[in-house]
Amino acid sequence: MSLHSILLKGGWVIDPVNGIDGEADILLEDGHVTQLGPELKVRPGTPVVEVPQGCVLCPGFIDMRVHLSEPGYEHKETVSTGLAAAAAGGFTAVASMPNTEPVNDDAGITGLVLAKAAEAELVRVHPVGAVTRGLAGERLAELGELREAGCVAVSNGVRSVADANLMRRVLEYASMCGMAVIDHCEDVLLTQDGVANDGFQAAALGLRGMPSAAEDIFVERDVTLSGMTGAPLHIAHLSTRGALEAVRSGKARDFPVSCEVTPHHLTLTDDRLDGYDTNYKVNPPLREQQDVEALLQGLQDGTIDCIASDHEPHHYDEKLVEFDRAPFGIAGLETVVSICLDRLIHPGYLSLTRLVELLAINPARILGVVGGSLGVGSPADITVLAPDLPVTVNAGEFRSLARNTPFDGWALRGGVAASIVGGRTVYSNSSVDGAVEFETVTSDQ
Amino acid sequence: MSQQADSSLGDPAGPLVLGTTVGLRTKDLLGIGDLSSEEILLILDTAEAMKEVGTRPIKKVPALRGRTVVNLFFEPSTRTRMSFEIAEKRLSADTLNMTASGLSVVKGETLVDTVRNLGAMAPDLIIVRHASAGAGHVVARLCSAGVINAGDGMHEHPTQALLDALTIRQHKGRFDGLKVSIIGDLLHSRVFRSNLLLLQKLGADVCACAPTTLMLSGMNRFGVRSTTSVDEAVDGADVIMLLRIQLERMRGHFIPSLREYFQRFGMTTDRLRLAKPDVIIMHPGPLNRGVEIASEVADGPYSVILEQVANGVAVRMAVLYLLAGGHQG
Repeated sequence: MSLHSILLKGGWVIDPVNGIDGEADILLEDGHVTQLGPELKVRPGTPVVEVPQGCVLCPGFIDMRVHLSEPGYEHKETVSTGLAAAAAGGFTAVASMPNTEPVNDDAGITGLVLAKAAEAELVRVHPVGAVTRGLAGERLAELGELREAGCVAVSNGVRSVADANLMRRVLEYASMCGMAVIDHCEDVLLTQDGVANDGFQAAALGLRGMPSAAEDIFVERDVTLSGMTGAPLHIAHLSTRGALEAVRSGKARDFPVSCEVTPHHLTLTDDRLDGYDTNYKVNPPLREQQDVEALLQGLQDGTIDCIASDHEPHHYDEKLVEFDRAPFGIAGLETVVSICLDRLIHPGYLSLTRLVELLAINPARILGVVGGSLGVGSPADITVLAPDLPVTVNAGEFRSLARNTPFDGWALRGGVAASIVGGRTVYSNSSVDGAVEFETVTSDQ
Repeated sequence: MSQQADSSLGDPAGPLVLGTTVGLRTKDLLGIGDLSSEEILLILDTAEAMKEVGTRPIKKVPALRGRTVVNLFFEPSTRTRMSFEIAEKRLSADTLNMTASGLSVVKGETLVDTVRNLGAMAPDLIIVRHASAGAGHVVARLCSAGVINAGDGMHEHPTQALLDALTIRQHKGRFDGLKVSIIGDLLHSRVFRSNLLLLQKLGADVCACAPTTLMLSGMNRFGVRSTTSVDEAVDGADVIMLLRIQLERMRGHFIPSLREYFQRFGMTTDRLRLAKPDVIIMHPGPLNRGVEIASEVADGPYSVILEQVANGVAVRMAVLYLLAGGHQG
């Protein structure tokens, strides 16, 4: 029996878990990393891919928060198109949110999502189950069965669990099942039917406001409950200065809390809403400059653990309506890496090592899934970056079915050269010289 | 101006005599925020000329003959819709009225499809009233017709602010340094937002007064003096503008009762003693007598409420004329 093997030669490798930040070769055999180091000696005849000049190889990026929309909303996105978008966005795995129709509160739905993902043969899917039946916030879902069916975490989707007692039980029970709770924090009694951040801009535009406090209060409540129960809690798409303070205070008390931010909350403010473009309508809403600055600080000081797209695809018909009638959400999978390189790495806010922590190491740790490392024995999940590639975002060319992005037309420095999942290239970027070579990385040879 | 106009368009001003040769910079009037102070004054000057038409035995000029104007009202309106319609007819435009109950939206058609279909019939101007802020922007993006915002949610109602300004100018002759106090439900009011922008552009000293629950978020960034004391707002005021308190606001916990609102914020003859002796009282209507305004004030000597209504027609004629006939773009 012959081993399928391939050598990735001469690339710059960033693998913080193994203390590597330099030129190194990687030998992939049967979907795993079997050797890692400079100038590797391999068996004669082993196929070699010369890594293109300037490219950086990282442990595969994992998107903590993606709405794949199937089953139920196939007009927005399917598992297959969502995963194609993930591959093009440099992700080798995604966590899929449970707010489908029917909701993923049942082993059957988890199985369906996993089957569709297996059929697509692109990036890995880690299903996230619903914390309550139908995400109604009333009764605990069968979390044990969801865990057995393949869910790696549970979430309340896009609706908070209003009942604090139920949230306490959710945390305790999920923790017993070995799963973190991924928490959308919003006090809907305070946001009411708001559509934009409550502040000067919404007031001037006549848009109903969603106060920052609505997010702060629920983050504070759930961080406190995490401390009380000792159960792991992950705050999704954190967007306010106050919520960040709550997480910081929880971490200072050694509560098992973590949090993520999205690229749009790091780069856009509610000033963008004049013109009423519904592509800027997102929940949590775009906040103010002081919040953006706090989030950048939180990325630097380690309070923030992950960057996630919160990819929420919508059909253009759904977004082409009055601002207050449009659904919330941004299709983010294909712009995360370019935004991070252009806005966080090149201006010097973060190092590439820190970016790998935010996009690979911490997501793998929080979800308890494989990845985050290129050490010997790890799955051959690799994100290849082209940090200086000039990129112009073109929503019309998205692999996603959706086009709802506020970044269309943005000129950015840095992109994805290739995505390798289990030793097989699932995406290579034709605008990177030599990246096509990665296409020879395939387990089908 | 009309003498220089392209003769192929006909003579848009007809027998009107207008002392200006400039139009508005844009094809639409979506909000006061888009207008310069010069453009605001141009509209007011044009409206003065239009007022004269309303005093003639035959109240009609041919300025917009052959132009099609659609009144697209997704929200109920009596005053504004009638005012636009009279203005259109006095300018000889062909008018079409579409109100919420008659629109395909009740059959599930989207705003975008309604407007695209309307646009395919090539109207010259569309007047839009809609419950969603920014609805006028959607319409303006989708069709080449000029769009006049007749009220979009809580955002703006520019022709209301213009008719209020015309009324103020007729009584006070100026805006600079004038103390204008706006009292009532500021939060939900598009009339407040448009008036605030307009009065600030023309140099008035605006004071905004409401219970804290009905103030706007980020009030300090609007550059307006605000107070919860109605006496402070009335003290020395040249103009007092009252805004409607809607009954349903009690359900949102904004005010405990209409009774308490009237006691603390309602405009009474007693409270008015603090104002300038020549104060004028304004209200965009419809009135809630005994809530934001006592009947004695609404019907009293300081009230200019019906003049506002009359000026509404002249201001809308001016805007229609400047966008359909006088626009040089």
